[in-house]
Amino acid sequence: MISEMNFLGRIIYILQSYGVSYLTGAGTTLLIALVSTVIGCLIGFAVGVIQTIPVREGNERTPGVYFLKLCQMILHAYVELFRGTPMIVQAVFIYYGLAQIWGIQLGMWQAAFLVVSVNTGAYMAESVRGGIISIDSGQMEGAKSIGMNHFQAMISVILPQAFRNILPQIGNNLIINIKDTSVLSVISIVDLFFVHKSVSGALYTYFESASIVMLIYLTMTVTVSRLLRLLEKYLDGSENYELADCMDIGNQMHKKGA
Amino acid sequence: MEKILELSHLGKSFGNHVVLRDINFSVKKGDVISVIGASGSGKSTMLRCINLLETPTSGEILFHDTNILNKENDIPAYRSKVGMVFQSFNLFSNMSVLDNCIVGQVKVLKKNKEDARQKAMQFLTKVGMEPYIHAKPRQLSGGQKQRVAIARALAMEPEVLLFDEPTSALDPLMVGEVLNVMKTLASEGLTMIVVTHEMSFARDVSNHVVYMDDGFIVEEGAPSQLFSEPKEEKTKAFLATILAEK
Ligand SMILES: Nc1ncnc2c1ncn2[C@@H]1O[C@H](COP(=O)(O)OP(=O)(O)OP(=O)(O)O)[C@@H](O)[C@H]1O
Ligand SMILES: [Mg+2]
Repeated sequence: MISEMNFLGRIIYILQSYGVSYLTGAGTTLLIALVSTVIGCLIGFAVGVIQTIPVREGNERTPGVYFLKLCQMILHAYVELFRGTPMIVQAVFIYYGLAQIWGIQLGMWQAAFLVVSVNTGAYMAESVRGGIISIDSGQMEGAKSIGMNHFQAMISVILPQAFRNILPQIGNNLIINIKDTSVLSVISIVDLFFVHKSVSGALYTYFESASIVMLIYLTMTVTVSRLLRLLEKYLDGSENYELADCMDIGNQMHKKGA
Repeated sequence: MEKILELSHLGKSFGNHVVLRDINFSVKKGDVISVIGASGSGKSTMLRCINLLETPTSGEILFHDTNILNKENDIPAYRSKVGMVFQSFNLFSNMSVLDNCIVGQVKVLKKNKEDARQKAMQFLTKVGMEPYIHAKPRQLSGGQKQRVAIARALAMEPEVLLFDEPTSALDPLMVGEVLNVMKTLASEGLTMIVVTHEMSFARDVSNHVVYMDDGFIVEEGAPSQLFSEPKEEKTKAFLATILAEK
């Protein structure tokens, strides 16, 4: 019987019986965290870009500008709402609440991706906005001076730099999401934490199961942060550059014919 | 010669701080105009107004006789014809030297990448920066950055190129390399407006000098006239101080 085993024995027993469940749970956790972080970043970049659209002097009273201001206000409210409430409550609200009031019954997967993405989007929106306004204004002026419009300058010049600067925050969000998807067990998502609750509930092995689960979470988060470091290094490029010799220049010039 | 640009009663204030009061002057094709004047006299503001980085509060800017301050005017298209070189270079720090000179041609002029690369190489070679095409701006010296910035502006093949104190942020040793590039461009007939503290450039390279003070153009004329026999007292005083500094 399991109560007669020592700690190690119990761990081995749990892994033999439920190892696959833990891994599936971890897979679910990782899937929701990764996909939602990516979608959340896209939301965050879209919101951050809209929040920083400048109004040209003299254009303050045009319909277009009023519309822009309205959008910015709505987006601001969105950011405040999702940053200012706990994700567990948002999940319950969207999954159970919407169904009760408006009869909108989302699948639990849809609800899970929606809640985590929209939540991440709200945090990222602020990071992106900060990232954009921290880029030296000379970069935008340089882009404008060669005739780029605001969005061309954003895409080619400002956002790539902002992205690099906020990459640590994106990584942070991903790590937080890996951990915080555990609250989705309230809407019956069978993630890693849900598996833990089932296993420990069935076997009364809270300590052992929790140890296993913590180790899995830690492995995932440490791996992710390592990978992001590598991405940062890659984006920074080499410290050195190759001097182009004449041959190289010749080749560059001749490529057209090829 | 054909008139390219004309400023007419141009004014600019920031809030209630009036920086440009009543600026009138015109630029003909091939002109090399130096703008001189004390710090705070409004030289940069005037240049930034010409490129619409600042919106003038009154007056007109005529580009080939069209007022570019009209609301319908396509500002980016206009800017692509009026290049600007900044004191602080403003190279795109996320791009290599070569890409800095390509991106505008591809995105704004819609050229294909290969043509853009050729043009970029042509101008990078002209400023002597062709060995550094793979470098990032942060890996270059100030003088090198400024030469790339000039190549980036030239690659758009603008009709007028504006320079805002292009050598002021440089070590004395690097000033020469940038001024030499500018001299070459001037001798090849590029139309230029240069805000500068380099009196030798104003005197020897430009064909017209504008002296500004407190938001006005106090005096303008050929360099030989303005430097050797200035008409206005203010001009005399300014030249006396600045030449004494040297
Ligand atoms: N964005 C701004 N907001 C408010 N005031 C400004 C702004 N830009 C410039 N000014 C003011 O306008 C005046 C003229 O500035 P400007 O930069 O045009 O002078 P300048 O002749 O180029 O001087 P310098 O030789 O030091 O570059 C200064 O008093 C400056 O404080
Ligand atoms: Mg200035």
